[in-house]
Amino acid sequence: MKELYYLSIEEAYQLLRKKGVSIPELVRAVQERIEGVEGRVRAFVTPTPELALKQAEEAQKRLKEGEGNSLLGIPAAIKDNMCTRSIRTTCSSRMLEDFIPPYDATVVGRLKGVGAVMMGKTNMDEFAMGSSTENSAFFPTHNPWDLSRVPGGSSGGSAAAVAAGEALFALGSDTGGSIRQPAGFCGIVGLKPTYGLVSRYGLVAFASSLDQIGPMARTVKDCAFVLQAIGGHDPSDSTSLALPLPDYTRAFIPDLKGLRLGVPKEFFPPGLEAGVEKVMRQAVKKLEELGAEVDWDISLPHTRYALAAYYILAPSEASANLARYDGVKYGFSDMAPEMWQAMERTRQFGFGPEVKRRIMLGTYALSKGYYDAYYLKAQKVRTLIRQDLDQAFQRCQALITPTSPTVPFRLGEKLADPVQMYLSDVFTIPVNIAAVPALTLPAGFADNLPVGMQIIGPPLSEELLFRTGFAYEQATGHHLRRPLL
Amino acid sequence: MKLSREEVLHIARLARLGLTEEDVERFREQLSNILDNFEVLKEVESEGVPPTTHAVPLQNVLREDEVAPSLPQDQVLANAPRQEEGHFKVRPVLE
Repeated sequence: MKELYYLSIEEAYQLLRKKGVSIPELVRAVQERIEGVEGRVRAFVTPTPELALKQAEEAQKRLKEGEGNSLLGIPAAIKDNMCTRSIRTTCSSRMLEDFIPPYDATVVGRLKGVGAVMMGKTNMDEFAMGSSTENSAFFPTHNPWDLSRVPGGSSGGSAAAVAAGEALFALGSDTGGSIRQPAGFCGIVGLKPTYGLVSRYGLVAFASSLDQIGPMARTVKDCAFVLQAIGGHDPSDSTSLALPLPDYTRAFIPDLKGLRLGVPKEFFPPGLEAGVEKVMRQAVKKLEELGAEVDWDISLPHTRYALAAYYILAPSEASANLARYDGVKYGFSDMAPEMWQAMERTRQFGFGPEVKRRIMLGTYALSKGYYDAYYLKAQKVRTLIRQDLDQAFQRCQALITPTSPTVPFRLGEKLADPVQMYLSDVFTIPVNIAAVPALTLPAGFADNLPVGMQIIGPPLSEELLFRTGFAYEQATGHHLRRPLL
Repeated sequence: MKLSREEVLHIARLARLGLTEEDVERFREQLSNILDNFEVLKEVESEGVPPTTHAVPLQNVLREDEVAPSLPQDQVLANAPRQEEGHFKVRPVLE
């Protein structure tokens, strides 16, 4: 029999109801797995084993009473930038090392409501700024496929936990690729939903017009189950869309007949890593075999400006959002007697290098004399990137791209050069800028390392993305491959 | 173009961010390098293009002004570095 910790949510649902396995047994199996691999993977900042067992007992009672929710009793991992009542929420920062939220983020409350079991809070790049999880103030996380490589970031702990069998699913957040890039690097499925589909209430803010919470899991269906539970309108988030959530289970059709997919040429540049290019060309061929019509002649001409626009917009918003860390209401606080000195020292010792870099960058871009040249220009480029996508979606229903230009890189490889690190998100950033949804799933493998395929759709096309991903996953079985740990 | 020491210190002051001498030199290098990469935006013809401030065009999201439960004061203050008589305690702002 398959190891319990590698069950899909769908399989666990069946097994728990056949009474072969109880929820506490499932949760203990995942806990033993965590004890076995966590020393090497280091996905969790704060494991919560006692809470998990308590929640498991409660979920088992609800199961006995005949409750049918698909996430009841399912072990989950939560990125440590989502507030959890009475459990510290650090953002992997010294600034919030001892911060204990007095309330739950909406997504956490909804998972509790359906009876999911929390295994712990996962490691991340500090304040979600980074692409490798090496910017954690505590320790780096390792890629389960090759422990000398990064899991991606910033949701690297969530991605590694799911890939290593330390949770059946996880929540991540995505501002410029922070769900999709690590999901791709760790060979799992991840979704950045349409902006506004999932509440941001209780998510520690990075760049508010770009941040979005989404599911990370080992199958497309599992991602859909999680989105069904966490998505939908929330009056506590004024950017939350007041729309009813569709029934995503309708999406699972195993072919792509009648679907028109586009391959934008800017996402297959001359410098694309050979292994990634080969896997992606095979993947597109497979989508054609499944019945999709593929248009190779799509162009998104402003793609080359997306990275620069993003690194103006996101740090600008971050510099404003992170102004709240002044050592007065919560978080790290320096003891200097004079007010300004205490504030400057609080921020000097509370924030790590990448966070400081982005605060400096954003402050510069918003400062007197530079606003028009940088921030306003970037907002105009944002419009042009959205228009490119609008036009592409008149010719095809979804776009197929690599999730990242490379396979997972080695720990330390890009730490000294911020620009090289930023380039890792070159294919995921346009999606946040345009506020559209994108799914990543395993396209295949290059030298035994996962290669992610990104499927980008128009606003609120999650169902179509699930359908496309599901058909590919069922036809290839790449999602069934596991790392040797 | 390389940022001057004074420019870096000015930005740090606006951001209320304490920096060491080493930080100042490192940021001169790194921020200049990143800003050079922004030069590419000058190529973009953006005359007359409206800026996108928020990708989802929601306006004036209103609700009824109804009293709802809020967090108890002790929980709100529980993370405060300094507190006194149910308030956040700050350092003197006016001398």
